[in-house]
Amino acid sequence: MGFSERIYIVEILRGLWVTSRHFFTNLFRHSLRLLGLRAEPGAVTLQYPDVPARVPPRARGRHRLLLRDDGTPRCVACMLCETICPASCIRIIAEESPDISIEKRAKSFEIDLGVCVYCGYCVEACPEDAIRMDSGQVEMCAYTREGLRWNLRELSKLPDQGIN
Amino acid sequence: MNETLIQTGWSFFLVLGAVGFGLKLAALLSWVERKQSALIQDRIGANRADIFGLRILGLFHIIADALKLMLKEDFIPPKALRPWHDIAPALSLGCSVLCLAALPFGDRIVFLGRAWSLQPLPLSAGILFALALLSLGVHGVVMAGACSGSAYSLLGGLRAAAQMISYEVAMLSILAGPLFLYGTLDLAEAVRSQAHMFHGVIPAWGIFFQPLAFLLFLCAGAAETKRAPFDLPEGESEIVGYFTEYSGMRFGMFMTNDFVETVLLSGLAVTLFLGGWHLPGLSGLPQPFLGLAQVAVFSAKVCAMLWLLMQLRWTLPRFRFDQLLSLGWKRLLPLSLLNLLVTAWALWWLS
Repeated sequence: MGFSERIYIVEILRGLWVTSRHFFTNLFRHSLRLLGLRAEPGAVTLQYPDVPARVPPRARGRHRLLLRDDGTPRCVACMLCETICPASCIRIIAEESPDISIEKRAKSFEIDLGVCVYCGYCVEACPEDAIRMDSGQVEMCAYTREGLRWNLRELSKLPDQGIN
Repeated sequence: MNETLIQTGWSFFLVLGAVGFGLKLAALLSWVERKQSALIQDRIGANRADIFGLRILGLFHIIADALKLMLKEDFIPPKALRPWHDIAPALSLGCSVLCLAALPFGDRIVFLGRAWSLQPLPLSAGILFALALLSLGVHGVVMAGACSGSAYSLLGGLRAAAQMISYEVAMLSILAGPLFLYGTLDLAEAVRSQAHMFHGVIPAWGIFFQPLAFLLFLCAGAAETKRAPFDLPEGESEIVGYFTEYSGMRFGMFMTNDFVETVLLSGLAVTLFLGGWHLPGLSGLPQPFLGLAQVAVFSAKVCAMLWLLMQLRWTLPRFRFDQLLSLGWKRLLPLSLLNLLVTAWALWWLS
């Protein structure tokens, strides 16, 4: 250690220079923002509940079940997603489809969103492109455990359509 | 109205003013600390506390913190030695607040045919008073550590006491430097000795004539008040300190004591080294405005010192305990004695 490092005063002053630079720059930016003279926020902090969270486009959010052009769900109850799910959160009960060209359809399709680990394997496994995880809805909440088990009707709705 | 009534009333007002100054600055310091550290670290800081939707930059957090501490459960450990456990926070806080009253907030002002002092406790040995009360502060810490009924608190208290005692010894010889320079122990006289211009070029403040003593005083003072890089006893979430068994407002009193001691440290530094209430070119004002201006200048300087101490807290890493003690005994004490020797020699040579 050189002499200036040993006496530590020089290093203290260098440190104070760095922190003071940050202090005055941020003070300047925040003051300008308060006075309305600056549009960008002073800090990169995302003030979360007031400002929506930034979800990347490839993020795996809540599942959504897609519909065919005639409005029926694309799901043919092949059970591939239920089989591959590592958390065993999908429960499907199959039934005969009234359409001859389509063998089966799902009588009930339930995902327990509290158990789901959001791995995306069900999306990769589905041969019909019936399930996707691109809804971008990552904030799941309910008052009871049952409230987090969503059925086919709820899962088919897009996030902005609400659930009734 | 007889004279004693007026003097008593004025003293009462001054003491209330000094205590209010200290406690209000301490409350504001808790907000300043959060916001200053946030600005240094490129973030926003606490801004959520609001009253009916009005959030003024997070200033309501001060009230929120105080309310939270007051409403918490007052848990007293069963093995605590009751009277001493209860007295310890009060003793610590009392010593620091009492010491604030000895600072000169302004010169003696002559108004309405009377001389009014702006120093709540006009002592002829102000420096000794400050040192004595800092020493009494050690009692509060040791009491808190030893009478909490917990071995961790005891060890924390002993650590804190060892740190405070080491730096008190250094503080005595550091303060002897300005004492030699001003020739008096009286704080008001010390400021008056600095209240002129040196050959019309620079103000005759202590920092220009005793720069080493100023640095050493900051160092020893910060260590004495367990502040800035010397906050090992109160390392918050990292090490068990002497106040872990205190809850609610008892703990709040220790935290307030931390901030009040910071204000006290700044006040002493401003009084002894930064020229107190003196600002060059201010003596032309008429009388009550001169007193107000002096108090304002003193407050501004104290705020600048507080800003500096806060910056130091968030700039420097914490000292390890053995580094702390070796700094106190092996570096500060010899350097302060060197400073004393140089000052004494310079004063002899100049006479």
